[in-house]
Amino acid sequence: MSKTIETLDDVVIRFAGDSGDGMQLTGTQFTNTTALVGNDLSTLPDYPAEIRAPAGTLFGVSSFQLHFSSWDILTPGDHPDVLVAMNPAALKVHLKDLKKGGVIIANTDAFDDKNLSLAGYEGSPLGTEALSNYQVIEVPITKLTLNALQGSGLSQKEMVRCKNFFALGLMYWMYSRPVEPTEKWIKEKFGKEPEIAAANDKALKAGYYYGESTEAFAARFEVKPAQLKPGLYRNITGNEATALGVVAAAEKAGIPLYYASYPITPASDILHNLSAYKNFDVKTYQAEDEIAAAGAAVGAAYAGNLAVTGTSGPGAALKSETISLAVMLELPLVIVDVQRGGPSTGLPTKTEQSDLMFVTYGRHGEAPAPVIAAATPADCFHMAYEAARIAVKYMTPVYLLTDGYLANGSEPWLVPAAKELQEIPVHFRTDPENFHPYARNENNVRPWALPGTPGLEHRIGGLEKANISGNVSYDPDNHDFMVHLRAEKVKGIEKDIPLQEVYGEQSGELLVVSWGGTYGTIRSTVDRMRKNGYKVSHAHLRYLNPFPRNLGEVLKNFKTIFVPEINLGQLAKLIRAEFLIPVVQFNKVRGLPIRSAELEQAIKDALGGAK
Amino acid sequence: MDTTKGNGDVQTKKYTAKDFASDQDVRWCPGCGDYSILAQVQRILPELDTPKEKHVFISGIGCSSRFPYYMDAYGVHGIHGRAPAIASGVKTANPELNVWVVSGDGDALSIGGNHLIHSLRRNIGLKILMFNNRIYGLTKGQYSPTSELGKKTKSTPFGTIDYPFNPVQLALGAEGTFVARCLDRDPKHLQQVLLRAARHEGTSFIEIYQNCNVFNDGAFLQLTEKETKPDNVLYLEHGKPLVFGKDNDKGVRLNGFTPEVVSLKDGKYGMSDLLVYDETSFDLAVLLATFSDRQGFPTPIGVFFQTERKAYEDMMVKQIEDVKKKRGEGDLDKLLRSGNTWVVSSN
Repeated sequence: MSKTIETLDDVVIRFAGDSGDGMQLTGTQFTNTTALVGNDLSTLPDYPAEIRAPAGTLFGVSSFQLHFSSWDILTPGDHPDVLVAMNPAALKVHLKDLKKGGVIIANTDAFDDKNLSLAGYEGSPLGTEALSNYQVIEVPITKLTLNALQGSGLSQKEMVRCKNFFALGLMYWMYSRPVEPTEKWIKEKFGKEPEIAAANDKALKAGYYYGESTEAFAARFEVKPAQLKPGLYRNITGNEATALGVVAAAEKAGIPLYYASYPITPASDILHNLSAYKNFDVKTYQAEDEIAAAGAAVGAAYAGNLAVTGTSGPGAALKSETISLAVMLELPLVIVDVQRGGPSTGLPTKTEQSDLMFVTYGRHGEAPAPVIAAATPADCFHMAYEAARIAVKYMTPVYLLTDGYLANGSEPWLVPAAKELQEIPVHFRTDPENFHPYARNENNVRPWALPGTPGLEHRIGGLEKANISGNVSYDPDNHDFMVHLRAEKVKGIEKDIPLQEVYGEQSGELLVVSWGGTYGTIRSTVDRMRKNGYKVSHAHLRYLNPFPRNLGEVLKNFKTIFVPEINLGQLAKLIRAEFLIPVVQFNKVRGLPIRSAELEQAIKDALGGAK
Repeated sequence: MDTTKGNGDVQTKKYTAKDFASDQDVRWCPGCGDYSILAQVQRILPELDTPKEKHVFISGIGCSSRFPYYMDAYGVHGIHGRAPAIASGVKTANPELNVWVVSGDGDALSIGGNHLIHSLRRNIGLKILMFNNRIYGLTKGQYSPTSELGKKTKSTPFGTIDYPFNPVQLALGAEGTFVARCLDRDPKHLQQVLLRAARHEGTSFIEIYQNCNVFNDGAFLQLTEKETKPDNVLYLEHGKPLVFGKDNDKGVRLNGFTPEVVSLKDGKYGMSDLLVYDETSFDLAVLLATFSDRQGFPTPIGVFFQTERKAYEDMMVKQIEDVKKKRGEGDLDKLLRSGNTWVVSSN
């Protein structure tokens, strides 16, 4: 039976089910296949902090959202067009986000009394008024999977576990994607368990053929490949990109990478990735705690490695004293803070722009440290590389801010060639002649003198240093001098970073100023508004300390400065403090990306009717 | 001084203790036990045939932690309790270095307890010298995690209600592969143990009883004074029976699992009845570690335990080499282009 194929520009799908239903895997497979088909894409995984929350409960729902298109997109989308709900809880949690008129694919087998009651439904919402605004397609996914796997030799439980592949196959059919990449993946992943591999494969195909043969689907869709810049692409998450960024930096600097870390969500994947790259002379050190990870990184930096420590908010707090030491020792160190919802344990698996103030000012004493932030998952590569470059060149700890959304979200990345990457020159001091540990070059940077170098034996430490000699000094004027010197050194980095660019008019009514992982939402919102005639420009900051040296000028050229953040206004405060100008804030702290529609309304309000 | 010959062999001109003294004035209180420890370390380093630049001294915070400033070697005066963490980074980043950790009872056992036990467990090649004066000196006289129960200090005017740690037991429990105890006032013995610690593969831990003559003067008097020392100190020697006392007239024997102090004078027991020390025996080490807390028992001084276990940094290096053999040297372009890739061609 052949069905009509409708062409769409873009689609947002959300897969949702129990945290044990394999929704992350399903979403990732759909993403990889979609990348191979040539669409642009952006993803948003969202999962509970509990590993296996009780089945069927609202808080146990795990989801994976994917936005794919035939044009250049920047966000995983506000509102899904399609919701695949593997159980009532998934429907209950996600229905409010679904577009009016959107499609719900519901696994009817999971809508039994027990699951309905766990989800807080009095009776099944399927076929009732509650869902009248949506196109509901009821599919007995569990039963169909079991039917397809009769005689597979697997237990009932094992067969039921294959149902996510059925759902995946169905979605492949619906959006005209090939099943072969996933078939290949299944073969590799379950090579040692041929029965499981065969069952998953069968479920996948059964889902695909179900779409083809059932009357339930009137049409299928296609999304043509996007017109991307030619080259080799790779679908990449922020954490993968961060890991690759520091490996690349170490290679270009010609020194070994040393990554010291303590497991913490959502930063652990950086450790996992790097621990697999040992043939790049990468040393990974899983320390006993966050403090030890920072300490070991300081030690490795002292010994001449490219030292990196990664963490998230609570860990960043624990490392703070050690980073202060690194400021005093003036050793190069990259601290990656994959921000998550706070305070305290907060929302470990959710995103938030939680730590800008903390990493900028959260150290005792006058302890300046550069802060930079990645804008997109792939940008984590470039900013991790940049963090390493600044750290080594200026002998300073550098904070790289990413966040839970960037860390786990993915997008196609135009892979650079190693030779195109900026050089990172490293000079280890070897000449004992006239060596002074705290003498400085034209950038106020002291020499990197490694233990093991004959004739340079010297002592450094956390006590205040005498200028030049580096000996302990309690002299009041020396302290004043050194406090200023350390501040000037960091401020001086502004000469070495790009000028702030403005998207849209360079002056006028309203400038949206943002930083970090909100880039995609904000840029696409600004874009849409500009197409509709609004005079809105956008400046997205990747350098937060120091700010780009033209930022003050840029801000002066607009009547209204509008700062949307997933916090209570941390960049807004910094801008007010630095430039003494009024700022309009937009703050939503839901643990999720900003919603484009809400942002648009807030910008319109700020414009006060002006277009 | 050393010069490296073209063929890579290190030609050693003998250092003297003086070569390891920095140009900084030593600022410990006059009479402090730290002076002796500093002198013994400076005395043994020339014995090691290690070029001066390969020695790194890393400390935390406290009186003892000023140590690196007085050594003409590389040094980092770190932050409170974190010396083992920083030192672990240095040693694993460059296993060629001789990394020493200088710490005190507060620094190592209180604020830095976690780092201490984990470096012992990992068996990273650090030489940890823990000066134990049973008091906080730099902060002027609060009790420490090794202060005796009931001790009256500035922060405990009515006596402490904190049970103290037994550092040797702690180090053994943390899987230390070289665990020893020394006295600041027995320089010859301290030198011997320091040399052995320096040559040990993996973590060496030496608890050094050190007198703080300002805030806890005489804490170890019984163990260091001529009149009382023989009856209170038991020197551990591998393969030798446990004998002590003024005229070597006392010994320790095992009665079943229970140790007993016995007299060798009354003819009831002779040398052959005594426990012969075996520093490779973990069981004996644990037993002997309890002596300092047992009524009527002498305090053992010397090497409690030494065993061979692969050092962390060596396994780290080997793993990297093994992976390189298996996968070949890393190729950055290949790595960047790995994973789920596709080509967009120009139209």
